[in-house]
Amino acid sequence: MAAILVFSERDEVAFQLLGEANKLGEQLGMEVAAAALGLSDADGFLSRGVSTVYTAKNEELKDFEASVYAQALEQVAKQADAAIILLGSTRRGKELAGRLAQKMKVGSLTDAGRLEVIDGRVVCSRNAFGGATVAAQTILEGIQVIAVSPSAGEAPAAAEPSGSVAEVALVLEPARIKKVATAPKSQDSANIEGAEVLVCVGKGLAGEAELKMVDELAQALGGLVACTKPLATDEKWLPEERIVGLSGKIGKPALAICLGISGQVQFTVGIRDAGTIVAVNTDQNAFIFQMADYGIVGDLHQVVPELTAALKG
Amino acid sequence: MNIYVCVKQTVDLQQVRIRKETREPVLDGVPLTIGNIDKNALEEGVRLRDKLGGKVIGVSAGSEELNDTIKEALAMGADEAIMIIAPELEGAESSTVAMALAKAIEKTGEIGIILLGEGSSDNYSGQVGPRIAEILDLPQITYVSSLEAEGNTVKAVRNLEDCFETVEAEMPVVVSVVSEINEPRIPAVTQILKAGRKPKQIYSPAELGVEIAGSQIKTISNLAPEQDRKRLLFQEGVGQDVKSLVAALESEGLLGR
Ligand SMILES: Cc1cc2nc3c(=O)[nH]c(=O)nc-3n(C[C@H](O)[C@H](O)[C@H](O)COP(=O)(O)OP(=O)(O)OC[C@H]3O[C@@H](n4cnc5c(N)ncnc54)[C@H](O)[C@@H]3O)c2cc1C
Repeated sequence: MAAILVFSERDEVAFQLLGEANKLGEQLGMEVAAAALGLSDADGFLSRGVSTVYTAKNEELKDFEASVYAQALEQVAKQADAAIILLGSTRRGKELAGRLAQKMKVGSLTDAGRLEVIDGRVVCSRNAFGGATVAAQTILEGIQVIAVSPSAGEAPAAAEPSGSVAEVALVLEPARIKKVATAPKSQDSANIEGAEVLVCVGKGLAGEAELKMVDELAQALGGLVACTKPLATDEKWLPEERIVGLSGKIGKPALAICLGISGQVQFTVGIRDAGTIVAVNTDQNAFIFQMADYGIVGDLHQVVPELTAALKG
Repeated sequence: MNIYVCVKQTVDLQQVRIRKETREPVLDGVPLTIGNIDKNALEEGVRLRDKLGGKVIGVSAGSEELNDTIKEALAMGADEAIMIIAPELEGAESSTVAMALAKAIEKTGEIGIILLGEGSSDNYSGQVGPRIAEILDLPQITYVSSLEAEGNTVKAVRNLEDCFETVEAEMPVVVSVVSEINEPRIPAVTQILKAGRKPKQIYSPAELGVEIAGSQIKTISNLAPEQDRKRLLFQEGVGQDVKSLVAALESEGLLGR
């Protein structure tokens, strides 16, 4: 039986993919297999309903390296008779998708949000034009390599395992990249994707010290502080986990407040599903006002403390 | 040793408007430009060349209109350019573009580093770099936020979700960069004038042995999501505006969460 093969270098992402894989498997009459390579947790897959978990003991798989993992997955996919390969659309997952698809000479789609089956093929919705539009795209022929956004699915609950483990003997060319050091990022636990209220701040903010007033507003609203990309990557005033948009988090809050943000598409894609959008900007022609339900034309440094006071009042 | 920088011509996304009735993007008359993060890749290429010597060669695949984009790359400091031109290459999918770029690079000469942006401004799928690496059987280092080269060795810091990973590899190597790696220069007028006189090589896909078969990826629809916003602007002075806003949020039941 043809199979849907699931892999991510992060188990929690792979487990989420299983939710999507199970749905596709039911509609397409395919079984769900998983590749538990490297330090991955084979039992975790089994207890989440996977019929075959492929494992390999090769030394080369100890660390994730895209070209090595592409070789491994090509071989596992053959063994599993995979028609669809689902990967996590993390940075490592995306670089793997390209390398693997090229190795297999097939098409690939990354950053896939919703997946649907039409005429026996998977149709993916993904952002296009920087997030200005949402495209429905499908791979017409051959094996479908699809990297799915980590937030798209929910992991099935663990249950009594029914599948089996198959250890495969892989032949792998070693990596030509040498890992010298890893510096873990301090993990910010803020759940931007799940927040009911987001107070987003952009380059209109005068300085790092002014973050305090933004924090206070967020607290008064019972929300979380998020930001545009340059505030995290260039100014480094907030951790990158707080970035909202195409290369950051996609939120779905009831209320999003945008302070000193121009409203370029790569940002607005991250808040466009918000129930209500409020914008504060000195430039009355700022594009963000087109996206907003309520707008205040003014200096955020004056508006924010007043607003916080009014909310507390 | 050559440093190749792959650049993509895209519509200027800030100027794409949405047709209200159909929710389709309006692309007619929107100016074309070089991808945002491609500029970071170019800047990094120029910086490395100034240190290591050799040449920076801008490479791009697309339609006849590529000339303007390539001129921008040359003005930013590339020494030469390669264009692969065919109508079908305009907006072509990653696998086709990667094959055209890889074959053109392979034909041109010794490869040191092939640089790209982490993803294009419009599609942002990040597939072309890894595909080129696979086609040319080279190691790939993606999402690089800091890059150094010494002799034949490159040392890079990758910005991944959970960590910064420092890696080393021997050239030739494919490197994709993130926007925070540098601040791209704005070319001086003299550089823009010089750009027109720098060497340019044009290939057709056939000359490179690249076959443009039918697409593997089909776009079924591509529409802006429905947006229905009130667009109420308060402009009565901060004190009054804040009151109006609080009243509005109150009436929507958004306060006191
Ligand atoms: C491939 C790609 C992916 C990207 N991904 C993302 C992403 O995920 N998220 C993201 O945010 N960006 C992303 N970007 C960057 C994006 O294009 C914009 O550059 C960015 O969103 C702009 O941030 P900003 O609005 O904070 O800054 P700016 O565009 O500089 O806007 C600042 C705004 O503040 C206003 N302002 C100034 N002073 C004040 C004041 N005192 N009070 C009130 N308002 C004031 C100004 O009028 C202006 O409108 C991406 C870009 C690319 C190319």
